[in-house]
Amino acid sequence: MAASFVSAGALSLDSDFLALCYIAAFSLFIFGVRQGTHPTTARRGNMIAALGMAIAVGATLATDVIGNWGIILTAIAAGAAVGWIASARVAMTDMPQMVALYNGLGGGAVALIAWSEFRDIQGHGELFDLNVFIPILFSMVVGSISFWGSNIAFGKLQGILPQRSVSVPGQQFVNGLLLLGLIAACVAMAIDNESPSEELFVACLIAAALLGNFFVLPIGGADMPVVISLLNAFTGLAAAAAGFSLDNTALIVGGTLVGSSGTILTLEMATAMNRSVANILFAGFGGAPAAGAAATEERPHRSIGAQDAAIALAYADSVVIVPGYGLAVAQAQHAVAEMADELERRGVEVRYAIHPVAGRMPGHMNVLLAEADVDYEKLIEMDDINPDMPRTDVAVVIGANDVTNPAAKEDPDSPIAGMPIIETHEARQVIVIKRSLSPGFAGIDNDLFYMDKTAMLFMDAKGAAQEITSELGEL
Amino acid sequence: MDLVDQLTIFVLAAFVGFEVISKVPATLHTPLMSQTNAIHGIVVLGGLLVIGASDSLLTDVIGWIAIFFGTVNVVGGFLVTDRMLGMFVRKPKPDRDDSSASTPGSSSPREGSG
Repeated sequence: MAASFVSAGALSLDSDFLALCYIAAFSLFIFGVRQGTHPTTARRGNMIAALGMAIAVGATLATDVIGNWGIILTAIAAGAAVGWIASARVAMTDMPQMVALYNGLGGGAVALIAWSEFRDIQGHGELFDLNVFIPILFSMVVGSISFWGSNIAFGKLQGILPQRSVSVPGQQFVNGLLLLGLIAACVAMAIDNESPSEELFVACLIAAALLGNFFVLPIGGADMPVVISLLNAFTGLAAAAAGFSLDNTALIVGGTLVGSSGTILTLEMATAMNRSVANILFAGFGGAPAAGAAATEERPHRSIGAQDAAIALAYADSVVIVPGYGLAVAQAQHAVAEMADELERRGVEVRYAIHPVAGRMPGHMNVLLAEADVDYEKLIEMDDINPDMPRTDVAVVIGANDVTNPAAKEDPDSPIAGMPIIETHEARQVIVIKRSLSPGFAGIDNDLFYMDKTAMLFMDAKGAAQEITSELGEL
Repeated sequence: MDLVDQLTIFVLAAFVGFEVISKVPATLHTPLMSQTNAIHGIVVLGGLLVIGASDSLLTDVIGWIAIFFGTVNVVGGFLVTDRMLGMFVRKPKPDRDDSSASTPGSSSPREGSG
């Protein structure tokens, strides 16, 4: 796509003009993100940011330092084709791994550019100016961590790697050693800035790659919203560092913007789990089920069929649907939306309660339900829906578990104590659609399942929603 | 530009970023992430600038991969964000009863209890 700007030719542009183009580009980035604050303007905002990118790339290609057109054109053509095909084909349920993959590619690009810069300066036999060299080292290390970490996150989300925490004893120790070694090697290169060794540079690239792998492998699937946000911030900061070394304002501002966004989302996700970022990253949560799980296997619960569920829903005045990752796994968003439509046709008020960490990335459920044409005004955030729960006739939990567990509020010894939850247990009646009673990611039993007002519908989310819809039609 | 000028830009951009992004509602966090993801693909500029000075096959290969990665990141990121945001645009629904489409009070934000 960007290849079309090549027609501007290799004319020599004065550097003030280039600087002005970069100012235009980063202004459009900021304005574009600003437009993302509302669903009706967000799409235009994205196009505005893309225009900023086109201006930055076009202006850069028009400068006279650009050479090696064969490489540039083939790489851009191949990249544009792959990006276009991948983004046209990806299913909305697979969006977390798509974002992880793109994030990793950005990080990989930063690390490789840092390596190219290193070879460029070394090839000219120049002294490595520390103002340039330190940002190069930073973007090499952080870019490489981000590339490999994101690829592991992609593998976990795609199901290529186990979702559960994978760790070996002493892993934190090894990671700490790797990090210390990396810092020591970078300091050594910076001190020897007349002729730093390229072998050491490549060794750092590899050590950072190992660190990226080891760092994400122990983190379980349900913590991925935090990991993806954090790696997003990493890539942004690495890009900003590349902007320092290349003295390029568009890169500095663009990268910093991403760093801010990733940081904000990381902190928001951690708050929504009532855990510190450090705990999420280093505790290997979910590796072993908590002790309480085994003791509580034979608790009484009430199981119902789709017909009973349909009757309960049809005669309710207000229904709140609580979607979770199970909805994404079962690709049930359309079936659930049809069920809600059928209920609304019968005069039932249907809303959706969205927990901040439902799914595998921030806002995952919102995208899935938007795909199924659910009006975004019916998607209510946790803090806004909880006061309404006691007045809700039926709460339907679809593929969610830990985010509805009342133990978070009532049992101070629970591993998830203090985590904000959707208070479905306050509703008059609860229907939980789930394939089995198996515990959720936290490895603990959900007290909600055993309450008197709770009925379990043991089916997968999509099948259950479809059956309830057809039962509703027959009532 | 010297380092102090660069740091000034960096710090100001960080504040602008925090201000702008903290206003994005949770509903749009996935598209936001995907869009900022595309924006960091701006590193492709670095690849374009560095490749011109390449004088060895290895640097050519590194540069090609960097530009390829960056372009996938940019093109794929913006397109997939556009696809997602297209779904948030309200579409007319001929088969839905309009009277039930508005639920009074459902969208009024309340002060949360945390």
